[in-house]
Amino acid sequence: MDFNDTPEEAEYRARVRAWLNANAPAARGVAHGHEDSESIAADKAWQARKAEAGYACITWPREWGGAGGTTAQSVIFNEEESRLGLGSAVFGIGLGMCLPTILAVGSEADKARFVAPAMRGEQVWCQLFSEPSAGSDVAASRTRAVPADDGSGDWIINGQKVWTSGAHFSDFGLLLVRTDPDVPKHKGLTMFWIDMKAPGIEVRQIHQADGGSGFNEVWFTDVRVADSQRIGEIGKGWNVALVTLMNERLSVGGEAGPGWRALMELAASLPGVEGHGSALQDGGFREKLADWYVASEGLRLTRLRSLTALSRGETPGSEASIGKIISARHSQELAYEALDRLDQYGIVANGDVASLAGGFQRNFFWGAAMRIAGGTDEILKNIIAERVLGLPLDIRVDRDVAFRDIPRGA
Amino acid sequence: MNFDYSHEQKFLKDEARKFLEERCPVTAVRGVLDDGGKPFDRGLWQAVAGMGWTGAVIPEKWGGTGLGHIELCAIAEELGRALAPIPFASTVYVFAEAILAFGSDAQREALLPGIASGAVIGCLATSEREGALSIEGMAANVVGGRLSGAKVPVTDGDVATHAIVAACDEAGPGLFIVDLAGEGIAREAIATLDPTRSVARITFAGSPCERLGAAGEGAALLSAILDRAAVLFAFEQVGGAGRCLEYAKAYAMERYAFGRVIGSYQAIKHKLADIYVRNELARSSAYYGAWALNSGAAELPEAAAAARIAGTQAYDFAARENLQTHGGMGFTWEADCHLHLRRARQLGLALGGLPLWRERLIRTLESRNAL
Repeated sequence: MDFNDTPEEAEYRARVRAWLNANAPAARGVAHGHEDSESIAADKAWQARKAEAGYACITWPREWGGAGGTTAQSVIFNEEESRLGLGSAVFGIGLGMCLPTILAVGSEADKARFVAPAMRGEQVWCQLFSEPSAGSDVAASRTRAVPADDGSGDWIINGQKVWTSGAHFSDFGLLLVRTDPDVPKHKGLTMFWIDMKAPGIEVRQIHQADGGSGFNEVWFTDVRVADSQRIGEIGKGWNVALVTLMNERLSVGGEAGPGWRALMELAASLPGVEGHGSALQDGGFREKLADWYVASEGLRLTRLRSLTALSRGETPGSEASIGKIISARHSQELAYEALDRLDQYGIVANGDVASLAGGFQRNFFWGAAMRIAGGTDEILKNIIAERVLGLPLDIRVDRDVAFRDIPRGA
Repeated sequence: MNFDYSHEQKFLKDEARKFLEERCPVTAVRGVLDDGGKPFDRGLWQAVAGMGWTGAVIPEKWGGTGLGHIELCAIAEELGRALAPIPFASTVYVFAEAILAFGSDAQREALLPGIASGAVIGCLATSEREGALSIEGMAANVVGGRLSGAKVPVTDGDVATHAIVAACDEAGPGLFIVDLAGEGIAREAIATLDPTRSVARITFAGSPCERLGAAGEGAALLSAILDRAAVLFAFEQVGGAGRCLEYAKAYAMERYAFGRVIGSYQAIKHKLADIYVRNELARSSAYYGAWALNSGAAELPEAAAAARIAGTQAYDFAARENLQTHGGMGFTWEADCHLHLRRARQLGLALGGLPLWRERLIRTLESRNAL
């Protein structure tokens, strides 16, 4: 058990720091849903520079343009980069979920075509899984792909996806569709990659509860895709989706926005109840802060345990699901506490997300979103209970029924 | 960066589990629980000493095994899992650690070989009254090398051969080593919520004692001793919490209600997932504490406090939700649920409760200029 860098790791860290000092742009801190063409261009330029220096996708194999580095190196680079506030969500879904899926199950032609440009930040990817009637039950996807009747072997796609992060600025997408409604739901799905500029695709930004628009609806009307765009076998789309979702659980789960340290800072700057000292001196506040520190540190350290398993060539288990259960709820609880400590002023909107009050107000909303996005708290608890603890699967009335016969709401 | 037990440490842990499954089944724990005249399992204590566990981190020149603290943590996890009814925590996590880290050469020479052999049983006597401990407000005092005062409750105080006692002398608060066979000492066992561990009231009337560490440094010394012990306690807590989850899962898989095993209902599945999450977070914090303790890292105070808080919360939660999962059966004497319910509270209070450790943590963060 050792938290210190090995001599090789320390040398790598020093090299990374020196390189970042010489090359890193100033942090911009653009929040999810607030990206614009200028911020996206800046993110792409930074990604390209990292790729050139061997700091993009550090663990990916060299044959596909990765740096062929170790998990520890990747962790070190991410730590140093995020210290500078340079993490970007624009590439998270592509490099964290879509491209790992293509690397795992895509054809050689797909890998040759997509991996390097994505890594260099030239192409942005989105993930088209959720639908209005397929949220937690994502295998209930209704978007249909049927063979074109012209003998070309192409597929014609109709339907709607929803909650697609970044679809409005993405070049490609990973698309889960139903190719056979006559078999049980998990068996009739197929995965494709899709060009987001293809005719028949319409992206509409969702007007979210917090007023932002980082997510989209994506509508497909007679969109034609070639059979060569298929990823994996026909009817095996669910297996491919599981690869993506596994990667999602590994890449989601870090805490977003202000954490215990920011809350401590805020409390120190605010008066205590009835003017006694600062809010930080309030016993009730201190007790809660201690618990949040402990949970936050526990989460960070649990991620390091998963990475240790990865670096030993072991597969981290579903304990990765812990991350989001804790961090999403945390964001929400810390935000409520911060607003309580701001007292009456907590309700006054502060649009500056870089300020303490503004950051917590953003998480007042965003915490609610994070408890749903990428697997709800409830679904994640089911995953832990079933896959980690081995408890029985929920009773599913749709398991052995042809998809077209499954009862559905309006 | 390497954040797990090594293969050798895992092997040691597996061996410890096998040993305890044989020598410390739950019947051994109940042997102490049900026999008011039996403060601890002497046979198990000697066997554990024979395995080299009491001297795990004591250097070989003093009769110890010369292992590191990570190895001791692995043993602690298994002892916690097995609910071992022996004065191991008081002797090894507190007393031996204190002597090793802060004792003089003469004190080490005198005491460590006995700890390694199992002849010396140690305890820490700080509390004098209800409520959070304040070392500045101690009534116990030392005049001319003689200790007077009363300490209660003292975990393992009735069976210990030696104690470290917090008391004030002319230099202020201090810690003093007392041979409990000395003059002026009266002890009586007292009933507690966890009869599988023994506890005493000890009164000292002019008892000979010897200072531990420098004069007037008692507060800092006690704080450092508590930090070291908190990490090791956390591993017992993690071990116990893990056992509670095993019990809860086993029962949920065999108990039928409404025509299905109760483990198939989300109410139970999500409860067990909640236990799992807390246990894993507590394990991670304990690992970090182990690293800080083993490497002498400056982060030990916050690492120890976090390990302590997470360990206490996880074990208490796992113990009571395990009982809840068992339904009415869980509230019977014959079900083992209450053994963990009791031990979880015992471990959670013996080094000071959650309010104390939360305050220690926040003060440490403030002193780090975290702002």
